[in-house]
Amino acid sequence: METLKVEVWRGGADGKYQSFEVPRRASQTVLDVVTHIQRFVDPTLAYRFARRVGMCGSCAMTVNGKPRWTCRTHVDEVAANGRLELAPLANLPIVRDLVADMREFFDKWARARGQFTPTATRKDDFAKVDPRSNARREADAAIECIGCGVCYAACDVVKWNPGYLGPAALNRAWTLQMDARDGAHAERLASVAGDAGCHSCHTMMSCTERCPKQLSPTRSIAGLKRASLLRLLAGDGDEA
Amino acid sequence: MSERRVEAWLWVAQRATAAGLALFVLVHLVTIIYAVRAGLGAAAILARVHSSLAWPVFYALFVLFAAVHGAIGLRTIAAEWLGWRGNGANAAAALIAVALLAAGWRAVLAVSS
Repeated sequence: METLKVEVWRGGADGKYQSFEVPRRASQTVLDVVTHIQRFVDPTLAYRFARRVGMCGSCAMTVNGKPRWTCRTHVDEVAANGRLELAPLANLPIVRDLVADMREFFDKWARARGQFTPTATRKDDFAKVDPRSNARREADAAIECIGCGVCYAACDVVKWNPGYLGPAALNRAWTLQMDARDGAHAERLASVAGDAGCHSCHTMMSCTERCPKQLSPTRSIAGLKRASLLRLLAGDGDEA
Repeated sequence: MSERRVEAWLWVAQRATAAGLALFVLVHLVTIIYAVRAGLGAAAILARVHSSLAWPVFYALFVLFAAVHGAIGLRTIAAEWLGWRGNGANAAAALIAVALLAAGWRAVLAVSS
């Protein structure tokens, strides 16, 4: 039987790669490979997944040096010379094996004011948002993020500047800036400005290149930069 | 002014000077290529620079934009690649900007007077 040689990261930050031989199958995904190892070779292997259909964003790992969602990544696409090297997502602390600690990633969503701030109550009528309006289109283009962390792991600015909020959190902030129902636009714009925010983005586009949902966080961040510039020129304060 | 606001303004200055430098560099290069057709000589250069007030003003602005742009860029590189942030790095960047301005304007003054 044809086999695949798989190097898998084991342990914490001071861990090392361990080699496994995994049977090669048709239409095999990288997640199938990891699951095979855990079920049939070494049950102590730690990794995350939930649905296997590209929706939940929990199975992202570093596959041959690049961050990817493993449930929708076929071995055919990535295993050069029948080899795979699997590691946890970069730019995040390692919990164990293939599991990265996502706390900082999601804390940054909160720091970017990723929460919706309502302006209406349940007694009000539904808000009417024209689907053809510019703001609605901008939000639509960015809204399908599944929070997998692939963009965050791909971003060099995150690596160089640990305080940087990262592509996903800023993309989330942009969707809320484009939401006519949200009441915290000024405060959010202040939260995403500066060294930790949109102004540190160098437009290298690794996030956009790697996003499994084909979103463009780079575009969203550019939108935040534009909005921030307009606000600066208008001379508004930066309460945050 | 808050730290976030300062960073945002530095970003604006970096972008604005980059846009300006694109024009300055283009005019500078085209002028060089045009001017050296008759050979490169100190006399020709001085004659051109002395020909009008526009050239010294052009190069004085060029120096200003380059000093601002270069200093902000070096500050970012220091932060991202060396992990050097805060007052020390800010002072070093400001010093570089002043040094570039002084050296550049001195040169402009020297060839235009």
